[in-house]
Amino acid sequence: MNSSIGQASVDATSESTAPVLSIEGLHVQLPQGSERAYAVEDVSYSLAPQEILCVVGESGSGKSLTARAVMGLLPAPYVNYEKGRILFQGEDLTQASDERMREVRGSDISMIFQEPMTALNPVMRIGDQIDEVIRFHVKLPRRARRELALSLLEDVHLPDPPRIMNAYPHELSGGQRQRAMIAMALALEPKVLIADEPTTALDVTTQAQILHLIRELQAKHQTGVLFITHDIGVVADIADRVAVMQHGRIVEIDTVDKVLNDPQHEYTRALIDAVPGLVPRAVKTDSGEAILQVRQLVKTYRSGGRFLGIGKAHKEVHACDHVDVVLNESETLGIVGESGSGKSTLARCIVRLHSTDSGEIIYRGQDLCPLERAAMRPYRSKIQMVFQDPYASLNPRATVGRILTEGPRIMGESRREADDRAREMLELVGLDSRAFDRYPHEFSGGQRQRIGLARALAMRPEILVADEPVSALDVSIQAQVLALLADIRERLQLSMVFITHDLRVAAQVCDRIAVMRLGKVVEQGPTATLFEQASHPYTQELLDAIPGRDWSRRRVLAQQA
Amino acid sequence: MAFWRRFCRNRSAVIGLVILCLVILIAISASWLYPEDPFKLVGRAMSPPGENGFLFGSDTLGRDVAAGMAHGARVSLLIGLLATSVAVTLGVVLGALAGYFGGWIDDVLMRLTEMFQTIPSFIFAILIVAIMKPSINSVVLAIAVVSWPAVARLVRGEFMSMRNREFVQACHIIGMSDWRIMIREILPNCLSPIIVTGSLMVATAILIESGLAFLGLGDPNIISWGFQIGAGRTVLRSAWWVCTFPGIAIMLTVLAINLVGEGLNDALNPRLRERT
Repeated sequence: MNSSIGQASVDATSESTAPVLSIEGLHVQLPQGSERAYAVEDVSYSLAPQEILCVVGESGSGKSLTARAVMGLLPAPYVNYEKGRILFQGEDLTQASDERMREVRGSDISMIFQEPMTALNPVMRIGDQIDEVIRFHVKLPRRARRELALSLLEDVHLPDPPRIMNAYPHELSGGQRQRAMIAMALALEPKVLIADEPTTALDVTTQAQILHLIRELQAKHQTGVLFITHDIGVVADIADRVAVMQHGRIVEIDTVDKVLNDPQHEYTRALIDAVPGLVPRAVKTDSGEAILQVRQLVKTYRSGGRFLGIGKAHKEVHACDHVDVVLNESETLGIVGESGSGKSTLARCIVRLHSTDSGEIIYRGQDLCPLERAAMRPYRSKIQMVFQDPYASLNPRATVGRILTEGPRIMGESRREADDRAREMLELVGLDSRAFDRYPHEFSGGQRQRIGLARALAMRPEILVADEPVSALDVSIQAQVLALLADIRERLQLSMVFITHDLRVAAQVCDRIAVMRLGKVVEQGPTATLFEQASHPYTQELLDAIPGRDWSRRRVLAQQA
Repeated sequence: MAFWRRFCRNRSAVIGLVILCLVILIAISASWLYPEDPFKLVGRAMSPPGENGFLFGSDTLGRDVAAGMAHGARVSLLIGLLATSVAVTLGVVLGALAGYFGGWIDDVLMRLTEMFQTIPSFIFAILIVAIMKPSINSVVLAIAVVSWPAVARLVRGEFMSMRNREFVQACHIIGMSDWRIMIREILPNCLSPIIVTGSLMVATAILIESGLAFLGLGDPNIISWGFQIGAGRTVLRSAWWVCTFPGIAIMLTVLAINLVGEGLNDALNPRLRERT
């Protein structure tokens, strides 16, 4: 589906055309006492018309701040422009007046953001918001503006433009909102479009569509696109040229082919190597018998229309709709799906955070569903969970030691035993045992995730349920945490349920995969089988939507050769 | 200490703290400064400030206004603190239960809270004191009864947002009991807003107490600022000092506590921390 996008306009990068935007020696200062002096240090790059330049880097690399500097939207007074030039069609924007910048923004240079829900005004109709952009910059009669807005919505392939014009942002889906944002950004045919992680908050299939749309419109309107992303797969699909940023500096900049297939800088290589390679794991042959069986599990959420708990709920969501999955001993079962597919609900039902409506969850012959709190307690420690958000999953007011020892102490271990075990677990997950007396905020995201893992392991579980354990982490940290998970799973002979939306990660980690959609399991099977011959069309759609799929495939072939 | 440094960045909060400390100091040393009963008639009635040995003058019966203010400071602070502690305790318990368990417990407790919130608080306080005999206990109880709903609402909101946080879910998974999760895990994370509301509530409590005493509903055996103002209001034109000085004392104390509360809010609330 998107295989053609990557190749579309390689010739657009030819240096003959004068750049529409060029940044020369840009320095952006961070507040005093920060980790480093400059958020952006001596950054220079240029953007040709009709070109897509991807700026890629991990969080804190300064990629977004560079774009904000171009827009004149640095978060003053903390972060300030220091020196360097930003030339837009020969005009230095760093010297432009506020008034001039307002003219430039929106009409000559426009921007789309990561989260369209917060970038759109929730109490204004989409049509009015587009109209506002047009009205602010050009004088046109009302009717002409409406015509223009309608044609813009048509251009971004939104269904039924007149209806969308009258809709409020919350009435649209995430992908539709992003389309509306793009329509707004392109309203005045800008020379430069800055896209700041525009697909990060979207599901993978929607992401593929939006990338396709940006490609299409960019070619049609001959816009230069500055595309900021952390996802190498997306880069492979959309970029003409790539700039790799690290610690506020550009470490490498070249055509997409050169950077991705023949990276020169060490950091670029590390970044690319950290991307899971889409090689499905070999079929596991030594997995034991079923340790956990989920049978016909139903979980429905009801909301609204109640007073004092009486009356009928008028909204029902089937989060799990007769789900059947089996986890065998010492294997990893992946639950894959897009947001709203019910995969997280399934995980929370398995660890008994949620009650279930009907169905069975059988652990070694014992159905856990009907068990009351007290009866459940002996099984609690056997099934443990690792959470998604490394910042929300640790109590900020508790020391790491307390976090790790609470569980074992509840299980009846003495303080001494629990402390020893906690220190042992810290070392097992690759942290210094001195972390014991420190607080969570003293650790980075990846380290926190290790603490979360140590907390689960301290309970001596047999089954580990990991709910998107790496999706909040940068790709290099993600690779480390995945390696750690694999190592520990092997060493402790754990069985694991691995929830993820990222098929790359799933391919690397899981022995078998169950694909969920709208609360139902649509397909399950060994990872390799699923990747090579998916039988359900939805699975195929998911596989096709993986960003950078062709690049990964070629890379694997090249490595094998 | 980082907290102290953040607090000191707010000038007005430091001024508030200084005033508050002064009031506390006077309240503590009242028995040494004015060892006699403040109700005792000690000199000529209606003496203006500075005459006949009266710093702030004397009232219609010849009682020392300054002595009354020093002793009144004790009562005001004591009632403010007591009433607030009772209200905060009650509010935290009910708010925590409602927010943590949700469902019908939440419905019942919140409808109860709303019932209290619909009655104008000062009139409600008057009613309670009038029904019971005016005494320190009844005044404290009245103020607590009209103040707890605000705390309960606040704590409920905090608990509701915390109970679905992943670290709380992690506690469920290791089999921790509900009580322990509420007290050991969630409550410490809600302390900042509770401290801020509590500190501001002390000021309100002092105001309500003064109002009640002004209306003659204070404890008749204990002198308080409100009582002094009430006693002097009839002679406001001939002896302005009888009302004025206790009035200023109330104003300064309430202002000081509000400033300190604001300062605590700035220092404890991470979202406002970056405010310059």
